[in-house]
Amino acid sequence: MSKILVVAEHDDGNVKKATLTTLNMARQLAEKRGASIDIAVVGSGVGGVAEALAGYGAETIHVADHADLAYPLASSWAKVIADIASAADADVIASSASTTGKDIMPRVAARLEAGMASDVVGVVDTDDGVGFRRPMWAGALLADVVIDSDVWVVTARGSAFDAAAATGGESAIDAFAAEPNLAASRTRFIRFDGTQSDRPTLDEADIVVAGGRGLKSADGFNQVVEPLADSLGAAIGASRAAVDDGFCPNDYQIGQTGKVVAPQLYFAVAISGAIQHLAGMKNSKVIVAINTRDDEPIHKIADYTLVGDAFSVIPELCEKIAAVKSGS
Amino acid sequence: MKILVTAKRVTDPNASLVINDDGSWIDDDVEYILNPFCENAIECALELAEAHDAETIAIGIGEEEIQRTIRQGALARGIDRGIHVDAEEEELDSEMIAKILKAVVEREEPDVVVLGKQAVDGDSNQVSQLLAEMLGWPQATFASEVKIEGDEAIVTREVDGGLETIGVGLPAIISADLRLNDPRYASLAGIMKAKKKPLEELDLDDLELDDEEPKVRVVKLHEPAGRSAGVVVADVDELIVKLTTEARVL
Ligand SMILES: Cc1cc2nc3c(=O)[nH]c(=O)nc-3n(C[C@H](O)[C@H](O)[C@H](O)COP(=O)(O)OP(=O)(O)OC[C@H]3O[C@@H](n4cnc5c(N)ncnc54)[C@H](O)[C@@H]3O)c2cc1C
Repeated sequence: MSKILVVAEHDDGNVKKATLTTLNMARQLAEKRGASIDIAVVGSGVGGVAEALAGYGAETIHVADHADLAYPLASSWAKVIADIASAADADVIASSASTTGKDIMPRVAARLEAGMASDVVGVVDTDDGVGFRRPMWAGALLADVVIDSDVWVVTARGSAFDAAAATGGESAIDAFAAEPNLAASRTRFIRFDGTQSDRPTLDEADIVVAGGRGLKSADGFNQVVEPLADSLGAAIGASRAAVDDGFCPNDYQIGQTGKVVAPQLYFAVAISGAIQHLAGMKNSKVIVAINTRDDEPIHKIADYTLVGDAFSVIPELCEKIAAVKSGS
Repeated sequence: MKILVTAKRVTDPNASLVINDDGSWIDDDVEYILNPFCENAIECALELAEAHDAETIAIGIGEEEIQRTIRQGALARGIDRGIHVDAEEEELDSEMIAKILKAVVEREEPDVVVLGKQAVDGDSNQVSQLLAEMLGWPQATFASEVKIEGDEAIVTREVDGGLETIGVGLPAIISADLRLNDPRYASLAGIMKAKKKPLEELDLDDLELDDEEPKVRVVKLHEPAGRSAGVVVADVDELIVKLTTEARVL
């Protein structure tokens, strides 16, 4: 029988939402293939992660807990994930299309001689059997692809799947004797400079406020985007141009080469809407564009366009949102 | 030192793509450009070569037209020589591309291979990592800063939560992100010189590779469900009304 191995993503001992969105993709695939699901938890000091995932319907949770796995370095993590897949006899290995998944999973595919579908947004029936739908050309087209090898590797786009709900039941938790090869991998972790923020993260937020080059400077960006995000409890995002010009950190970037989000409400403030930006947000439920012009590509997909200078419109908007929220 | 860098040809991101009713692709009249991420990879190779006195080689895989991409995109900017591996690009998946690159790496024995982190047509983001694993080399993907110190590359990577810095022992694979550098333009002198630079032609036989069936196959293409333009609101008050009563998201 087919078995899908889902690679868990976690942070400081907490299960990330990306694990649950991947799990949901895996459930859809399991239903079509009549497969069972196992989970791999890789890291150092990750017993709690495995326990937190025990109620999600996986048959077995394989825990590779090893000091050399403290940081997700591609070569050693890929070896351990491939080793777990082989030992468990899994024929599909799935993770989220986060930067970690993108970095590691192709190496898993190479080790297992598996074909790989990246960044999938759906599980589909094709004329040639079960396949995956994935965006190409910055989402200008969607492709239905099939994998012809015995083993498949898949990364799932988080914004395209809801988080899987717990199903109850208890998965078996199995300690896996990991042999990470860290020294032989000629790779060493030096430093991580994380972006500090008390706001919701981009992939988990219901509302996203994104700013673009039209905000002119880091001060301008903060002055406009922060109060609006604060008034809505929103995450902050940006166009590539805003990141390139140093208005905000790199991991705020939304688009083809940044994060892909699909919140309930997306504000594009002083963003023109280049195809590469749209690739990261066009599946948001409601899109509001705030721009001095009314003929930019963003307006072709926005539900509501407010034409005006962000520097004067946003303070008024914040004030009025606060009034709505306080019920006056 | 020797640096190998990729030059892939992609459809112009601004071109509108047309598909047939049966979901196959028509590539009539589409303009092609050098993959933007390969521009960053080429600039990275040139800067490393300037700092460490290295030979630089650009490799392109595809039909005849890729030679123009190699000359204009890489050799004219200053890459020393080119390699064209003749293959029908449509027929290749990421794994086959990585196998071809591996065979070229084994012939050339570079210290560093720099690739674009993804090609903006397929958007798969796999080849660098596949190549690294096939060679048993370390990788530093999504690079926004690269330094070579002794026999190690120190690379800052753009990752979801911020910036990560790792050290990878040479030989190593690096994949370039867009903020790695500002690619230089080719000078007129560079364009003239590029015409005379060596460009070796190889085919799969020369590399002792078989014409394998790809493992990943596109069955059908679709246009994504379109989104239609909404309304222009008169002022902030109207926007608030729309968001609270019509969209119900506030
Ligand atoms: C390979 C590749 C990958 C890319 N990946 C991404 C990606 O992942 N994400 C991404 O975003 N981009 C990406 N880009 C870049 C993209 O093509 C655009 O250059 C970028 O999105 C433009 O950002 P922007 O809209 O902020 O700037 P601009 O296009 O300069 O737009 C600025 C907007 O601000 C408006 N404006 C100016 N002043 C004001 C004001 N006071 N108030 C209100 N509005 C104002 C203007 O009317 C304009 O619409 C990529 C490009 C390439 C080549």
